[in-house]
Amino acid sequence: MSQTRTIVIECLRFHPETDEAPYYQSYEVPFTEEMSVLEGLQYIKDHLDGTLTFRWSCRMAICGSCGCMVNDEPVLSCQTFLRDYHPARIRVEPLAHFPILRDLAIDQTDFLAKLESVHPYLIPSTGDDPGDQPRHQTPDQVQDYLGYAQCINCLLCYAACPQYGLNDAFTGPAALALLHRYNADSRDAGKDQRMEVINAEEGVWGCTLVGECSEVCPKHVDPARAINQNKIASTQDYFLRFLKPRGRR
Amino acid sequence: MDAIESDLVIIGGGGAGLRAAIAAAESDPGLSIALVSKVVPMRSHTVAAEGGAAGVIHPDDTLDKHFEDTVSGGDWLCEQDVVEYFIGQCTRELTQLEHWGCPWSRQDDGNINVRYFGGMKSPRTWFAADKTGFHILHTLFQASLKYPSIRRFDEFFCTDLLVEDGRVQGVLAFNIATGESVLLRCKAVILATGGASRVFGQNTNAGIVTGEGMGMAYAQGVPLRDMEFVQWHPTALPGSGILITEGARGEGGILLNKDGYRYLQDYGMGPLDPWPRPRAMELGPRDRVSQAFWHEDQAGRTVNTPNGSAVHLDLRHLGEKKIMERLPMIRELALTFAATDPVDSPIPVRPAVHYTMGGVPCDANGATPLQGLFAAGECASVGIHGANRLGSNSLAELLVFGRAAGESAARLARESTTAPANLEAQANEAEARHLKMLDTTEGERVAAIRAEMHDIMESGVGIVRDAERMGQACERLSALRERYRRGVKLDDRGRCFNTEWLTAIELGHTLQVAEAMAHSALARKESRGAHLRQDGFDKRDDENFLCHSMAWHQGDGPPRIDHAPVTITRSSPRERIYGRDSQPEQPAREE
Repeated sequence: MSQTRTIVIECLRFHPETDEAPYYQSYEVPFTEEMSVLEGLQYIKDHLDGTLTFRWSCRMAICGSCGCMVNDEPVLSCQTFLRDYHPARIRVEPLAHFPILRDLAIDQTDFLAKLESVHPYLIPSTGDDPGDQPRHQTPDQVQDYLGYAQCINCLLCYAACPQYGLNDAFTGPAALALLHRYNADSRDAGKDQRMEVINAEEGVWGCTLVGECSEVCPKHVDPARAINQNKIASTQDYFLRFLKPRGRR
Repeated sequence: MDAIESDLVIIGGGGAGLRAAIAAAESDPGLSIALVSKVVPMRSHTVAAEGGAAGVIHPDDTLDKHFEDTVSGGDWLCEQDVVEYFIGQCTRELTQLEHWGCPWSRQDDGNINVRYFGGMKSPRTWFAADKTGFHILHTLFQASLKYPSIRRFDEFFCTDLLVEDGRVQGVLAFNIATGESVLLRCKAVILATGGASRVFGQNTNAGIVTGEGMGMAYAQGVPLRDMEFVQWHPTALPGSGILITEGARGEGGILLNKDGYRYLQDYGMGPLDPWPRPRAMELGPRDRVSQAFWHEDQAGRTVNTPNGSAVHLDLRHLGEKKIMERLPMIRELALTFAATDPVDSPIPVRPAVHYTMGGVPCDANGATPLQGLFAAGECASVGIHGANRLGSNSLAELLVFGRAAGESAARLARESTTAPANLEAQANEAEARHLKMLDTTEGERVAAIRAEMHDIMESGVGIVRDAERMGQACERLSALRERYRRGVKLDDRGRCFNTEWLTAIELGHTLQVAEAMAHSALARKESRGAHLRQDGFDKRDDENFLCHSMAWHQGDGPPRIDHAPVTITRSSPRERIYGRDSQPEQPAREE
């Protein structure tokens, strides 16, 4: 087995039934070369303090449960490794910009509502009836949206987004990237329905192009690019409306 | 206690639960549907499935081949009438997902692309690169948002089925965030809670795959069927158990022992050439490939790693371009969790527990022996996997039978005329039992009991089994359940987001599922599929054991095991042959 060392993990603690304000608690955790921050937290929960509360599930960076701040950076704790911080201590906090339910578990209801608001499903054109056959879509057409379909809803981009931090009405990076994922799909004809979300003050225009969302995305989704492309679409839509009035749905 | 009325309660928001919810909503928009899950649906373990889903669409493939591959792969323990229904529905369901937007990988002309998986006569696996489960789950979740009659209860933990007058009429759940209980009244329940692989230590599965759905049904007198059939996936990362898809071998990856030798040729899957060809070598079925590892390991021909022995999965000859196109996540996983770039070096892999073939018995409509209770997906034993599941059949299963269960449960709920029973007393009693755990000051930690369970199952009910070790496992599990009953010591006494407490409740179910596995295994005195014995019962015994195992809950005591007949329609049991004599009709892959 690989050699065991010790690292100090400092966790933000908050229990709504007993605490008026969050505080920090430190734990000494033995770790080996391959241990993730998540495994460090699991060690604490199993052996030192069963009250420490955090979400996790797949431990392979695909379920999106374990996002948290490690030394002020939003990361997936399952693919962030203790070896990269030792011998310094690390500080683990809940994802920034979200209300805390308890300790490292944040309230994700605001995000889920935003996800729903972008009509995140295929809206085929009315004449499109593939019957019982799959539609055709070339590999190039798949590439047009596949990158934006990689979002695991881990919320790191919201924790990194200064605009969302200032005003949580902003639809935000992941939801707007998902909106673009469907708009960019050759099988979809729902752009008009989604345009309202894009054009709203809280839509793409809420973004000030800081680009932190794309920096922190563990799946290389590039929400900033999705938002930027929709700013172009939104501008065109604005001018087109003067030329060709469109009935509201 | 708050009570909420719905027509239908679905427990579990993974692939099967979501597909059931959509099917129920489509079949009757007037029904109220409660979709209850201990995680937000897109966190469910379906998300981690990599390689793909089976459906006949390739010009060389036929429904008969899918039937034969599935039944022979299951070592003739499949319900053949159910398999017949299943293979007829797979392609329709995968096409439905296409219509909902699933990003299936395509051929250059825009048609669906398919690849080989183990034990297949023809390429049959639809895939979305190597994130098929992820794309299926997100497509289903996002599509489900269109149906206003589906009301989600995200992060609600279900603990008990409430049965009155011989029918399931409600579910007790706790809102995880607050710890408050809620009584969910309904006319029908669909269990879609996934498998129980976390009964074992070395494991490809997410932490949530703990079998409590099976446990809830079992506690109500529903037997658990074929629980001894646990699938070891042959290729997981040592230590973490992280899955490296069978699709890696479907794309041409090979397995090597420490001498660089393709050892599968020595275990009934050779000869080597011509390569590639279907149902041979690395395209053998999972039970045989995992068992071959065990023998190589015993013979000292595996590689040592800091996390135990391993063999090498070599993808180098595929080249970077193909790896990036077909297996991008595998490359990322290997880089992140094994510090290995498969473009340059082989990935160390070993078997880990992956899938629970058994579960809650049900018919092709998902109906279980308990009135009002349906089951779909990995928690169910609908009968298509037999003694060994073929890769790609489980993603197809959760769609086909999720839909079937959703439609059947909707029909039952719509036609139900009985007045709702008074469930309060029962719910209060169950709630009190769970709340009492918060007062326990003596006893052992959750982690200690769980670690002991892992040790018992790994050492006693592993890839290769014998009566002595299985017997010890049964005894140790009985003692462990007694220790659990004496008390689980919790640090956390609050109600709000108390995951330590909920994990302790979950563990109570998991221990009973483990016991059902161990006793079913001990009672099966033959070798079949994933159940391999080396104590004189090393051959299949159709005379005595061409039958399902049924484990019946007996309160605090160990389960009672009996056996039930298997439905054979058109494929009589014969020798299961791979490799040399599998007589491929055409070469495995045409580029």
